[in-house]
Amino acid sequence: MKPSLKATLASILAGLYASSGHAAGLEIQVEIPRIDVAEYHRPYVAVWLQSADRKTVRDIAVWYDYKMPKEEGKKWLKDLRQWWRVSGRSQNDMPDGITGATQPVGTHSIKVTDDHPALRELPAGKYEVVVEAAREKGGREVLRLPLPWPPGSSTSVDAKGETELGQVRATILP
Amino acid sequence: MNRLLPALFAATLLVPAVAQAHDVWLEPSSTVLSGDEARITVDAGSGNDKFYYNHRPLALNDLVITSPSGKTLEPENQFTGALRSGFDVTLTEDGTYRIAVAGQGVFARWKEGDQNKRWYGKPEDLDKHVPKDAQDLMVRERVQRIETFVTKGNPTDLEPVSKGLALTGNTHPNDLYAGETAEFVLTLDGEPARNLQVEIVRDGARYRDAVEEIVVLTDDQGRFEVRWPQAGLYWLHADIQDKQTSIPAAQDRNVAYVATLEVLPE
Repeated sequence: MKPSLKATLASILAGLYASSGHAAGLEIQVEIPRIDVAEYHRPYVAVWLQSADRKTVRDIAVWYDYKMPKEEGKKWLKDLRQWWRVSGRSQNDMPDGITGATQPVGTHSIKVTDDHPALRELPAGKYEVVVEAAREKGGREVLRLPLPWPPGSSTSVDAKGETELGQVRATILP
Repeated sequence: MNRLLPALFAATLLVPAVAQAHDVWLEPSSTVLSGDEARITVDAGSGNDKFYYNHRPLALNDLVITSPSGKTLEPENQFTGALRSGFDVTLTEDGTYRIAVAGQGVFARWKEGDQNKRWYGKPEDLDKHVPKDAQDLMVRERVQRIETFVTKGNPTDLEPVSKGLALTGNTHPNDLYAGETAEFVLTLDGEPARNLQVEIVRDGARYRDAVEEIVVLTDDQGRFEVRWPQAGLYWLHADIQDKQTSIPAAQDRNVAYVATLEVLPE
């Protein structure tokens, strides 16, 4: 191999190693689409991180009617079927930093810093950011965004829903 | 054709020793629940068309509702109508509830002169209704369990059943999803029910032409697998005839089992 080629390869590899360093976190944008129905209800939405073997599951956000009297809003959490199964059903009380109110139509941003419980000491591996939405008198949709950890050279990953979710993007924060 | 007719008639008279008269089932309104308190309603019926109430209500005398912590709950608003019986259940504990109509009965057949007599009832009433030295006396024990499972929050393990047929894990009966394969073990009197046929039929038969039943055989450890083709309510059934009777007067025993399982979409 010519010396200059070797040097080029070495610098490329060095560059790759440098960029696959420790990320400062994630920003997840979730678009709640406008749906034209006579009776519209804001959807329940769950966002979480899940390993490929489903053994590591970390909640990022759960938006539901959490202010209802007698916690009646919890009745419909099970309609977030995948989230309920891998996470929701095994928790009695969700942490305040995770739960929030249902959101209106538009794009909402969730910042997940590297010391957020979802990312703190996350073992390296293949993950997905999963976003699930279920709407009263409406449908349900799940989007999965592949996310290797550490994120390597990727900067963002996108998915677009067809019914209950619009554009969903996970951006690596340097 | 004329020569075949007598043979055909003869064949139809060879009814199986256990003619399962009608299908029976419990139909819960929901099996996966969330929230601090939840309520379900359960319908129960008997007939040829599983989950369709066009024949008779299911008797609820032997209904037992067991909470995750082992408490027995009273059914609420229980009723028996012309085609359907039913009741409500309030779930306050987290975990898996077992709702079962489980009972034991005895069936007797004998002759009094020219007359054929039959009686069915509770084992303790046998002596009152059936003469001990009856002519051509046949006595059969019947053990029956018709059940379903409902979970609020996280599923919990089910207690083993020591009498008759019953379904146990490995897969939890409230953790069923379309496209996945569930693995179950059928037990008979607490031991593996070996090489027993299990039939599984999905709800909604009215809206399709074929029954689409799934038939599997349990292995030497009572295990069998089902890969759920679609989401929906499924009726699962197995029965066996043996001589392990617990009623001294009975010559043999018929054990029947029905479970209603709900399979959710992915």
